[in-house]
Amino acid sequence: MSQGPNMVVCIKQVPDSAQISVHPVTNTIMRQGVPTIINPYDLFALEAALKLRDQLGGKVTVLTMGPPMAASALRKALGHGADDAILLSDRFFAGADTLATSYALTAAINKIGAERPVDIVFTGKQTIDGDTAQVGPGIARRMGLNQLTYVSAIPSIDLEAGEISVHRRAEGGVQVLKTKLPCLITMLEATNELRRGSLPDVLRAERAEIKVWNAEAAGVEDLGKCGMKGSPTKVSKVFAPKPRAEKAKMITAEDGAPASVAAAAVETLLDADPRLLSVLTKQTTVA
Amino acid sequence: MAQAPAAPPAKGRKKTEELPEHLKAYKNVWVFVELEHGRVHPVSWELLTEGRKLADALGVDLCGVVLGPKAEGTEKAVAEAFHYSANRVYVIEDPLLAEYRNEPYTKAMTDLVNKHKPEILMLGATTLGRDLAGAVATTLQTGLTADCTELAIDDDKSLAATRPTFGGSLLCTIMTRAARPQMTTVRPRVMAMGDPDRGRTGEVVREPLDMAEESIVTKVLDFIPDSDTNQAQLAYADIVVAGGMGLQRPENIRLVVDLAQVLGAEYGCSRPLVQKGWMTADRQIGQTGKTIRPRLYIACGISGAIQHRVGSEGADQILAINMDPNAPIFDFAHHGIVGDVLELLPALTEAFRKRLAVDRMAG
Amino acid sequence: MTEHFDAIVVGAGPAGNSAALVMARAGLSVLQIERGEYPGAKNVQGAILYANAVEQVIPDFRDSAPLERHIIEQRMWMLDDHAYVGSHFRSDTFNEQRPNRYTIIRAQFDKWFSGKVKEAGALLICETTVTGLLRDKKGKVIGVKVDRDDGEVTADVVVLADGVNALVGSRAGLRPELKPQEVALGVKETIFMPRETIDARFNLKGNEGVVIEAAGSITAGMTGTGFLYTNGDSLSVGIGCLISDFAKSQVRPYFLLERFKQHPAIAPLIAGGEPKEYAAHMLPEGGYNAVPQVHGDGWVMAGDAAQLLNAMHREGSNLAMTSGRLAAETIVAAKKEGKPMTAATLKAYRKALEDSFVLRDLKKYRRLPKILETNKHFFTDYPRLLTNAAETMLRVDGVPKRDKERAIMGSFRSTRKLRGLMTDLVKLGRAWR
Ligand SMILES: Cc1cc2nc3c(=O)[nH]c(=O)nc-3n(C[C@H](O)[C@H](O)[C@H](O)COP(=O)(O)OP(=O)(O)OC[C@H]3O[C@@H](n4cnc5c(N)ncnc54)[C@H](O)[C@@H]3O)c2cc1C
Ligand SMILES: Cc1cc2nc3c(=O)[nH]c(=O)nc-3n(C[C@H](O)[C@H](O)[C@H](O)COP(=O)(O)OP(=O)(O)OC[C@H]3O[C@@H](n4cnc5c(N)ncnc54)[C@H](O)[C@@H]3O)c2cc1C
Ligand SMILES: Nc1ncnc2c1ncn2[C@@H]1O[C@H](COP(=O)(O)O)[C@@H](O)[C@H]1O
Repeated sequence: MSQGPNMVVCIKQVPDSAQISVHPVTNTIMRQGVPTIINPYDLFALEAALKLRDQLGGKVTVLTMGPPMAASALRKALGHGADDAILLSDRFFAGADTLATSYALTAAINKIGAERPVDIVFTGKQTIDGDTAQVGPGIARRMGLNQLTYVSAIPSIDLEAGEISVHRRAEGGVQVLKTKLPCLITMLEATNELRRGSLPDVLRAERAEIKVWNAEAAGVEDLGKCGMKGSPTKVSKVFAPKPRAEKAKMITAEDGAPASVAAAAVETLLDADPRLLSVLTKQTTVA
Repeated sequence: MAQAPAAPPAKGRKKTEELPEHLKAYKNVWVFVELEHGRVHPVSWELLTEGRKLADALGVDLCGVVLGPKAEGTEKAVAEAFHYSANRVYVIEDPLLAEYRNEPYTKAMTDLVNKHKPEILMLGATTLGRDLAGAVATTLQTGLTADCTELAIDDDKSLAATRPTFGGSLLCTIMTRAARPQMTTVRPRVMAMGDPDRGRTGEVVREPLDMAEESIVTKVLDFIPDSDTNQAQLAYADIVVAGGMGLQRPENIRLVVDLAQVLGAEYGCSRPLVQKGWMTADRQIGQTGKTIRPRLYIACGISGAIQHRVGSEGADQILAINMDPNAPIFDFAHHGIVGDVLELLPALTEAFRKRLAVDRMAG
Repeated sequence: MTEHFDAIVVGAGPAGNSAALVMARAGLSVLQIERGEYPGAKNVQGAILYANAVEQVIPDFRDSAPLERHIIEQRMWMLDDHAYVGSHFRSDTFNEQRPNRYTIIRAQFDKWFSGKVKEAGALLICETTVTGLLRDKKGKVIGVKVDRDDGEVTADVVVLADGVNALVGSRAGLRPELKPQEVALGVKETIFMPRETIDARFNLKGNEGVVIEAAGSITAGMTGTGFLYTNGDSLSVGIGCLISDFAKSQVRPYFLLERFKQHPAIAPLIAGGEPKEYAAHMLPEGGYNAVPQVHGDGWVMAGDAAQLLNAMHREGSNLAMTSGRLAAETIVAAKKEGKPMTAATLKAYRKALEDSFVLRDLKKYRRLPKILETNKHFFTDYPRLLTNAAETMLRVDGVPKRDKERAIMGSFRSTRKLRGLMTDLVKLGRAWR
């Protein structure tokens, strides 16, 4: 029997977007004490990998590129049941855009694969801070992995034959794709719910020593392709969106009765968008 | 770290950002015309409309890129690209391009770019566009700014691409000064679609795809159209009705479904309802669910947390019903009703039913 | 196989953190279990920190702890619906090298405190709730059960520092259930505004801060108080009342807070700020008589879990830290002497509490909770009488002062019979002793 698949899950630590706000008076960003979380999309990727490990055995390594504090995200992932964790951290990586990020991650994945080739790389669909959805495809391209984006299910995997088939969300439907390992999967959201680790898992996670690789340790060859230097895109300006000038206009009725309010609401909506009525009468089957 | 807005770059750094000589030959604005199963995704026409403005600002040509099998639909897409003001259309017709797959599409696109050298390349931020854009940008080693909401040409003729970041709480403007093409993706329904000029035509440039099926590892076994399943069609629904924790009990979801039925709408929910198992995950709206852009969104008993907001605020009109006059949903809804959803939903369903019956009789 | 530790600490609030820190420093193997996502995640925001209790465990805490402002002024206000009378005490001597009281943001402070605990070598696991205690055949507590698979872990001793709800102890029958008349519900909100605005409004410079304590009709006749603290660039505003009163009055806590915020004495202080982080939390206010058994075979209880809170002076975290430390010192000493962690050994903890300010202060005020609970005049009539009196005296309108004094006394007497008035004063005086 073959051993189970060797899997790498790329996760990113991101600021919890719910906690970021713009100061109404000074118009500056209030980032004080904003807690960080694992990019929520990556949790679906992690669970998909753990599920495969349940079925087939093998190993799940979580990988992140980020500042030293990103180690806490890895520790969390270990607590959910991942086997191993690697933090890619170096000042040369700072300010990376998607191209430079995928370059550094690729180096690290190759390094992880030096021991035993990596069969599947998982990423989330996108991050909530960058949300570009490009790092996954970037890694696939650089490593020459078969690229499977927006995967909603992995119905079969045959390690012997080195084949995998997946359901991929496409416009207007689901593609059933079959390809060869090694591959890269970006996992679609809401496809599963990340498991809670067991007590031994969290104890192990708390004690684990997180491996930290700098550029050299990760085997990065060209520092010019890392970080700010290796990023063709540059952020020239960050600003707060103009808040919507007006709050919602409240719809009321003199007698306050639900029926009267509802009738007023219908008219308000139809007045605001005259084309709505044609959409409605077109779509509505007689109910 | 990917495009997280770090500090804006120091002023003195501009030197290293100059365009290398060999890239100065890159000219014109390109729009990828997304064709699947014989139909063009409307975002392509939105992008051509926007691309026209950029091309005019730069004084260059606007070009479409059509990839597909030799078929009627492909030719129609080419013709229509001109209607939406393209000057020229690059076409690769090949049976390998019948179903979207990353490998042949990436090859087709990169070959075209390398040969004809556009300075700007725009794609729709659809599942197809995003899958393709990432692979193309990495192959070409150029910059890609995803999900832009605003595009402009700045003083030194570079593309200034503005996009939301940090889950929509901030915006940032991103430049690709030293690489070409400058790539962007734009989500559907962000840019306005212009009126087509059915009389327009232009130059067609055909290229071959130099590839054999045997060299493509990934095979499409099947395509299950959504119309064959009862999967929620939230992303492209014209009207969406959604319920939140204000519904209080799972039985009350019926009230949302009833209204949706009368409106011919899709229905959805906030995340806690999915977590409680009251609705399936494909109906969740928000950051970790679906992004919707309907004409009309009716949010019932939803507080309007930022994660819900980013997935729904693109709606043309939002009506929110909430008991709490200070609920954050009223900060981004256009219309509000302060009251009990359990009373208002049936009333609203009835009011629409009556109104539509009148109209149908009249029509 | 279940793991074994010298000690398990349930909770990573001030009590649990002090206990874990002291034991870990002494070389014990310590497992600390917190149900929140991180220490402080479940704790209400702004609070007052009393330096002394922290210094006992971390002498140089001022160098690294996230402190907002040190307090140089205390205002005590008695409010009726439209006015207030009060006293202010402000002194430049509070601008000392090692100030005595600070405002803090609990979420940040607890996280920092927990960092020190981890540095000392304790193992902390979060997002894990202790659901029960493990016992041996004789009933001695030998470990805990948590809400995870394979969730049993054993220890020589378990420190219960799980806060006011104290569910772990209650469920295991180690202490009685909470009584509504012994628990207050505090609601509070953090209101953000620029630092300069706060400095200007409260006449502050540097890291100086102000505390306002308010009592009176703002609690709608219920037993309770309101408060306002200045943080770096925010204000903590809150109000708390007994749960039993909330139940009787049917007043919604949030409504009470809104009313307090709109009071003419408070509104201008918070105007223009952005309210965020509304939170509700309970406080054990039963006082000395409500303190349960704090030790037994294989367990000790500290902080809010053991009802160690001084409602009169709004002190809680310091009693929690001190009790946590004393519990840990007891355990460390027993461990050194090789004694088993039996009730007899751990009795030394109760003794240490009795000898410290913790139980001595609570004992001093032991009658107060009952009096305040049963005599609502303190929150209804008296504030009105006091503000009326002040207004009568201050209004210069040609009425001779003596007549004014008489009118004031008359108003007091007609509202509350002289007997009642005297009894109240006597009761209050006795409770205070
Ligand atoms: C990483 C992360 C990702 C997330 N992703 C998503 C996401 O994709 N989508 C999402 O929706 N959420 C998401 N959330 C959760 C989000 O933060 C909120 O918790 C959630 O949106 C709240 O749902 P709600 O508004 O239905 O419930 P609540 O916040 O409980 O609000 C219920 C509302 O109903 C009102 N109400 C109550 N009773 C009635 C009544 N009878 N009549 C009228 N109104 C009534 C109340 O006033 C209240 O405003 C995410 C959270 C995190 C941390
Ligand atoms: C509105 C308000 C204002 C206050 N202001 C002040 C003030 O200004 N100054 C002051 O000194 N005190 C103040 N207090 C009181 C103070 O907050 C408490 O006395 C103090 O926090 C008690 O510390 P503790 O460690 O005993 O409990 P907590 O701080 O409540 O910590 C208990 C911890 O245990 C965790 N926990 C609970 N159950 C479990 C379980 N089963 N498994 C695992 N973990 C669990 C909880 O998540 C929590 O982190 C205030 C309280 C309130 C409500
Ligand atoms: N710094 C990073 N470290 C590890 N993985 C990352 C990093 N940035 C992005 N990813 C992965 O790439 C996916 C897409 O990210 P993005 O392109 O930024 O939207 C994420 O869901 C992660 O799985």
